[in-house]
Amino acid sequence: MQFMLLFSRQGKLRLQKWYVPLSDKEKKKITRELVQTVLARKPKMCSFLEWRDLKIVYKRYASLYFCCAIEDQDNELITLEIIHRYVELLDKYFGSVCELDIIFNFEKAYFILDEFLLGGEAQETSKKNVLKAIEQADLLQESQSEDWGSLPNEEIL
Amino acid sequence: MPAVSKGDGMRGLAVFISDIRNCKSKEAEVKRINKELANIRSKFKGDKALDGYSKKKYVCKLLFIFLLGHDIDFGHMEAVNLLSSNKYTEKQIGYLFISVLVNSNSDLIRLINNAIRNDLASRNPTFMNLALHCIANVGSREMAEAFVSDIPRILVAGETMDSVKQSAALCLLRLNRTSPDLVPMGEWTARVVHLLNDQHLGVVTAATSLITTLAQKSPEDFKTSVVLAVARLSRIVTSAAIDLQDYTYYFVAAPWLSVKLLRLLQCYPPPEDAALRSRLTECLETILNKVQEPPKSKKVQHSNAKNAVLFEAIALIIHHDSEPNLLVRACNQLGQFLQHRETNLRYLALESMCLLASSEFSHEAVKTHIETVINALKTERDVSVRQRAVDLLYAMCDRSNSKQIVAEMLSYLETADYSIREEIVLKVAILAEKYAVDYTWYVDTILNLIRIAGDYVSEEVWYRVIQIVINRDDVQGYAAKTVFEALQAPACHENLVKVGGYILGEFGNLIAGDPRSSPLVQFNLLHSKFHLCSVPTRALLLSAYIKFINLFPEVKGTIQDVLRSDSQLRNADVELQQRAVEYLRLSCIASTDILATVLEEMPPFPERESSILAKLKKKKGSSKLPDLDDVRRSVNGSTDHAENTEATETVSAHSFTDKLNLNSTPSSGPSLLVDVFSDVSSPAATDMSEEHFPRFVCKNNGVIYENQLLQIGLKSEYRQNLGRMYVFYGNKTSTQFLSFSSAVTSSDILKTQLTVHAKTVDPMIEGGAQVQQILNIECLSDFSDAPVLSIQFRYGGTLQNIAVKLPVMLNKFFQPTEMTSQDFFQRWKQLGAPRQEVQKIFKAQHQMDSDVAKAKLLGFGVALLDGVDPNPANFVGAGIVHSKTTQVGCLLRLEPNTQAQMYRLTLRTSKDSVSQRLCELLSDQF
Repeated sequence: MQFMLLFSRQGKLRLQKWYVPLSDKEKKKITRELVQTVLARKPKMCSFLEWRDLKIVYKRYASLYFCCAIEDQDNELITLEIIHRYVELLDKYFGSVCELDIIFNFEKAYFILDEFLLGGEAQETSKKNVLKAIEQADLLQESQSEDWGSLPNEEIL
Repeated sequence: MPAVSKGDGMRGLAVFISDIRNCKSKEAEVKRINKELANIRSKFKGDKALDGYSKKKYVCKLLFIFLLGHDIDFGHMEAVNLLSSNKYTEKQIGYLFISVLVNSNSDLIRLINNAIRNDLASRNPTFMNLALHCIANVGSREMAEAFVSDIPRILVAGETMDSVKQSAALCLLRLNRTSPDLVPMGEWTARVVHLLNDQHLGVVTAATSLITTLAQKSPEDFKTSVVLAVARLSRIVTSAAIDLQDYTYYFVAAPWLSVKLLRLLQCYPPPEDAALRSRLTECLETILNKVQEPPKSKKVQHSNAKNAVLFEAIALIIHHDSEPNLLVRACNQLGQFLQHRETNLRYLALESMCLLASSEFSHEAVKTHIETVINALKTERDVSVRQRAVDLLYAMCDRSNSKQIVAEMLSYLETADYSIREEIVLKVAILAEKYAVDYTWYVDTILNLIRIAGDYVSEEVWYRVIQIVINRDDVQGYAAKTVFEALQAPACHENLVKVGGYILGEFGNLIAGDPRSSPLVQFNLLHSKFHLCSVPTRALLLSAYIKFINLFPEVKGTIQDVLRSDSQLRNADVELQQRAVEYLRLSCIASTDILATVLEEMPPFPERESSILAKLKKKKGSSKLPDLDDVRRSVNGSTDHAENTEATETVSAHSFTDKLNLNSTPSSGPSLLVDVFSDVSSPAATDMSEEHFPRFVCKNNGVIYENQLLQIGLKSEYRQNLGRMYVFYGNKTSTQFLSFSSAVTSSDILKTQLTVHAKTVDPMIEGGAQVQQILNIECLSDFSDAPVLSIQFRYGGTLQNIAVKLPVMLNKFFQPTEMTSQDFFQRWKQLGAPRQEVQKIFKAQHQMDSDVAKAKLLGFGVALLDGVDPNPANFVGAGIVHSKTTQVGCLLRLEPNTQAQMYRLTLRTSKDSVSQRLCELLSDQF
C-alpha cells in the first residue's frame, strides 16, 4: 500500500498515512485530486478505480471516506477488508466510533493504525492482539482524562 | 454518545480543536492558528522550563496544525526532547511528530537516531516497537544506514517478543524498499525464512510480506520459502475456520496471510518437485471449491475475504500458466462473477479475465463470454467497469471475433465517456489494422472512427490509414471512392478533410472516370471545405491541389486561378503564402515531365512498429496492455498465424510526417564514392577534410576523420571560454607510422579570436596502436572560422599529408541559462534591434522528431525553457557565449512545422556577428 487517506464528505482530510517518500507539495496535490475524484462518484459505483499508475480502493462509512492507494499487483478485495478491519478497531477502541472521535483523538487513530499496518503491510490482523497492544500502552499513561461534553455526531458503524 | 476520553486527555488540545471547528471561515481559522502558533512559540522560547505534559500538548497542537495543511517550521527540537522522556505518552507523541514531520536537518537526525538507538536497546517491547515504527514510518536513508544491521538481529533473536518481531520484519521491509542497496543478505536470511513456521500467525503474516519483498530482489536466497509457504497455505485452507481463532475473519481462515502466501509463491515458477506441486494444486482446487460452497455468512466481509483469496489464487494460476484444468476452472468462476450483483466482483472479474485471455489454455474459454462482456459495455452504470470491459474485449479479440468486437466498440464510442474515448479510438484502430482480412473493412472502420469521434482521432491514427492505403494498391481505388463519398456530408470532421485531401491528391485519378466524381467535382468538393479548415489542413489541401494539376491537366486553369487569388498569394500565414507562390510558379514553368516527376505518387513507406501501438502503450503503461501477439500465438491453428504475420509485415508503420517531403533525405553517413576518393593516399593529398565537421556542432565526441590508414577520434570538454580537446590518432595498419607530426593552424584573423595550443605528439605510431594529443583552447572573442589540424607522417616510404577542419565552433563556449518566462520576454524585447535578430526558415533535412530536436538543442549548448512558448511544439532556449573579452547573451526560438517539413529559427543576441554565426551553425543541424 502506498498511502491511506481518511476524509469527510465535505472533503476535509482527517487522517493521512504515507508509505512512500513524497514531498509535502506532492502529498497535497494527490490528496486534492483524489478527494475530488472519490467524492464525485455515486453511491453504487464500484470501490476500485485506476488512478495514475495505482489502484484506488475506497469505502464510505457514515460521513467518512477511507481511501487506500495500492500497486498494480496488490489485491483490491483484501485492501477493502483492511479498511474494514481498521474501522472495527477504531470502533472497538472508542466504542461506536464517529468522525469526532477521530478529529479529537487523531493521535490515537495514528497509533492504532501503526499497530495494525506498518510500512504499508498488515502487521497484525488479529483484532484482539492489536487492541491488547493499544490498551497496554494506555495503561502506561497518566490518568488525566477529561470530558468535553457531548457533541452532535454520527456513528460510523 | 460523547467522544471518549480514554487514556490521557489534553484539555488544551481539545479546546483548540473545538475552536478551529467553530471557525466560520478560512480566514478565521488562519487567524486562530496564527494566534496559537505565536502562543506556542513564546512558550517554547520562554525562560520557564516547560514540564513534559505541556511540551507534549504543544507538540501535539503543532502536529494538528500541520495535519490541517499549514506549514510548521519549529517545534522539532521539543519533539526530539520528548523522545527521551521516560513517560510513555510523551515519548509516543514525540515519535508521532517525528514520523509525520521528518526534517532532513542532519543535527536533528543524529539526535533522533540516538533516541531510537536507546529505545531499541531498552529491552522494553513497547519502547522497542515505538522506535521500530518510527524507522518504518520515516524510512529515510540516514535511518537505514544507522539501523539496517541491527534490525535483522532483533528479528531473528530467540528472546525477541512476537510483537517486536512483527514490527522488525516490516521495518526491514520498508528499509529494503527505500534503500535496497543497504539491506545486506546474510546468514539471517535462512532464519527469516523459518519464521514462516512460527507458531504466532501475526509473526508469519509480517514475515511473509518481508520475504516476498526480499525474494523479488534475490529469489535464489529465498528459494526454500516455497516449500514452507505451500505447507502453511495448505494448513490454512484445510483448517476448520474456528482453528485459527482470532485470525479467522468472518468465517474465513486467515485471509490476509493466505493472500500474502499466494503472492509470495508468485515470485517463483511452479514447483518442480511433483509432491509439492500436487500439494499446491490441491490448495488451489480447495480455494476454487470453497467459492462454490454456500456462504457461511451473508455479510459482505465474508464474501470479500473469501474472494480476495480466490483472486490471488487465480493470479497464481495465471502466473504459472501451466495447468490447463485450473486455468479453465478459473475462467468459469470469473464468468459467473461477470453477472454477479456486486459491482466490485464484476469489475475484478473483467480485470482478471484480461490476463486469462493471454494464456493459450484459457483464451478460448474467455471468448465464450463475449456476449456478457459486450452487454457490460452497454449496461454498466460505472465508467470504471465499462473501461474494464473495453480492455477485456481488446484482449480477447482475434481473427474470429474481430469484426464483432470492432463493431461493438464503434457503437459504444458514440456514447462513451469523454475520458476514455481517445483510448478506445486507439484500440479500434489497432484491432482493425491487425485483423483486417480485406482492407476495405479497415478503411471503413477508420473513416467511421473519424466520423464518430473525430476529435479523439490523434495524428498517429490518420497518418496510419494513409500509410496503409499508400502501401496497398488493392485498396487505393476503394479508399478514394469512400473518402469522396464521406466528404459529401455537409459537415465533416477536419481529420476527414485531411485524409480525403491526401488520398484524393494521390489516388483521385482512380475514380475520375465516373462523371459523378470527375476531377472538377473532386476539386470543388475539397475546395468547399478549405475555408473552414485550420492552417495545417489548408496547407495539406494546397499540396493536394498541386498534385491534381499533375493528375488532371484539365483542371489546371481552375486551380491556378485559386492559387493566384489574393487570399492565397497574400495570405497572412507565411506557410500558406509560400506554398501558393511556389505551387503556382511550379505549375506555370515546369514541363509536364518535370511536374510528373516532382509530383509522383508517394513511394511505399518502410516497415516500422505501429506508432499507434506505441501511443497506446505510452498511455496505458506497457505492463497493463495485454500483448496481442500473445493472444495470437494461441489460437485457431497455424494458417491464421501465417496470415497474421503477413498482414502485419506488409503494413508499414513509419511516421507519416516525412510524407510531404518530396526530396528524399540524403544519408548522413559517408557515401562509398566519397570514401573511394579520400582513400587514395597520394603523396600530396592535402585537400582539407570537413565532411564530419557539421556532426560535431551538437556533440563533442566522435570520429572526425577516417581513411584506410588512419582514424582520428575526438573527445572535448568546454568550460566558459576554455576548452580542452583530446585527439586520438589510431594506426589502422600493421606497419608503423614514422615522422608523425600534427599541428594546428589558424587563419590570421582567427588567431586574434581563438588560441589553440597543441602539445607535441610522439613521432612514431606502432601498427594497430593509438596515440593521444591534447589541445588547449581559449576563446578570445567571437569567431566564425575554424582551425585546421595538419598531420604529416611517413607510411611505407610515402609521405602522407592530411588536413582536417577542427570542430571548434562558437557554440562550444555556451553556458546554458535558465530563466523564467517573464525574464525571457523582457530580454527578448531588449534585444529587438534589427541586426541583433537573425531569422532563417529552412527545410528539414532529417525526419522531424521533437526528441531529437531537443537533444540537438541541448547539445548545441543552450538551456531549453519549458512553458515559455505558448505552442508546446516550439523550442525556446537561452545561453551565454563566453569569450575572454565579453559574454554574449543569446536567446533562441525554433518553430517546427511538421506539415510543411520546415523550421523557422530565430536568434537574438546582443552582438550581430554572434547571432549570424550561431544561426548558420544551428540551422544546418535539422
